Amino acid sequence: MSEQRTIRLIVTRQDDPDSRPYQEEFRIPYRQNMNVISAFMEIQRNPVNAAGEKVRPIQWESNCLEEVCGACSMVINGRPRQACSALIDKLEQPIRISPMNTFPVIRDLIVDRGRMFDALKRVKAWIPIDGSHDLGPGPRQSQEESDWRYELSKCMTCGVCLQACPNVNNSSDFMGPFIVGQVNLFNAHPTGALNKDERTSALIGEGGLQECGNSQNCVQACPKGIPLTTSIAIMNRESTRFVLKKWLSF
Amino acid sequence: MSTQRSFFNRRLHSLLGVIPVGFFLIEHLYTNYHITGGKESFVESVNWLWGIPILLVLEVLFIFLPLMYHGIYGLYIAFRADNNVSQFGTFRNIMFMLQRVTGVITLIFVLWHIWQTRVQVAIYGWTSTQLADQTVAIMSNNIWLIVYMVGLLCAVFHFCNGMWSFLVSWGVTVGPRSQTISTYIWGAVFVAMSFVGIRTILAFASLG
Repeated sequence: MSEQRTIRLIVTRQDDPDSRPYQEEFRIPYRQNMNVISAFMEIQRNPVNAAGEKVRPIQWESNCLEEVCGACSMVINGRPRQACSALIDKLEQPIRISPMNTFPVIRDLIVDRGRMFDALKRVKAWIPIDGSHDLGPGPRQSQEESDWRYELSKCMTCGVCLQACPNVNNSSDFMGPFIVGQVNLFNAHPTGALNKDERTSALIGEGGLQECGNSQNCVQACPKGIPLTTSIAIMNRESTRFVLKKWLSF
Repeated sequence: MSTQRSFFNRRLHSLLGVIPVGFFLIEHLYTNYHITGGKESFVESVNWLWGIPILLVLEVLFIFLPLMYHGIYGLYIAFRADNNVSQFGTFRNIMFMLQRVTGVITLIFVLWHIWQTRVQVAIYGWTSTQLADQTVAIMSNNIWLIVYMVGLLCAVFHFCNGMWSFLVSWGVTVGPRSQTISTYIWGAVFVAMSFVGIRTILAFASLG
């Protein structure tokens, strides 16, 4: 066996929502094929920082561990991404980890992404199908349309695009790039299209589509490769048409 | 339901940046370019412009007010952004930051430029020949020469990159490929307009 290698982690911690964040360094033994989550689990087993003091173990959220739930999003070496798919072997050390501070920090790396779910409710990001009676088969749709919507449906509300966007911050009320993709997803569905004006109208409300400044960070940062900037341009076109139609028929 | 006021304001800001402000920028660079054909050529085209009826009304309504709206609302947009070029050093993110920086510089430059030329014409009742002489005097000063070059480059950059953004914001260029082609086209326009502008400034300076 070769000598024991260690991994250096510098974590931005915060004890509660109102306290000041601070940095803490950890050194943990290296194992093969670790990710950031398994490094955190190692700290949980032996919560001692680099100075040798016993500390409270790091708090974080994670569920699926396969980059589909979005729960373990955090900023790793400057980039917002999922901790589960952040492989230690591919990261430059020391690994700097901080919470996605565009959201309210609850504790350590746990943030409150509630605003994203509020936004989904605001724009009615669903297809209403009322009644328990048989509605019959839905309209037929082309493979091409279906493929396009499949890409948009990959959104896992992880919050990475909000963290990456320069226009999502304390002085702006922008709902975030993801919401545009979701409106596009449901408006492009043949049944969903029946309510598309409601969604478009909500999307151009306060903090909506117009807050986009085309920095295009969202499409670069999205872990699911969702074509967010294309959705933004599509919705720009749709909302221009929507507003003109509304004003001219007033 | 929420209001759509900020959507309206933002779209108006985008539209006014092109019509009439962007259109005026092109017209202004074109008129001034006549100086490269000699002072008489410049004076002649200025006289033609000054011959337009109700010019002051047109200037206020179609240049000054739209410019002020675009400038002041633009400041609000610029200072609300939280630039993060250090984390995302991508081309578009750098353009996003430069659009805001050049916007602020252009606004300051344009206000000074209006004071130094248009307002002086109004106060002292300069003739077009006197205007040409005064401009030559300004450009003969090396510091002013640099200030004007920086102001010009910022204005032209802000216009060209703004046109790229305008096409996205109104849903004209939708896909990544059309947006890339648009980047090249507006890049070429930037080079062409900068060439015209710099040549104009140097032509004024050379008459001093």
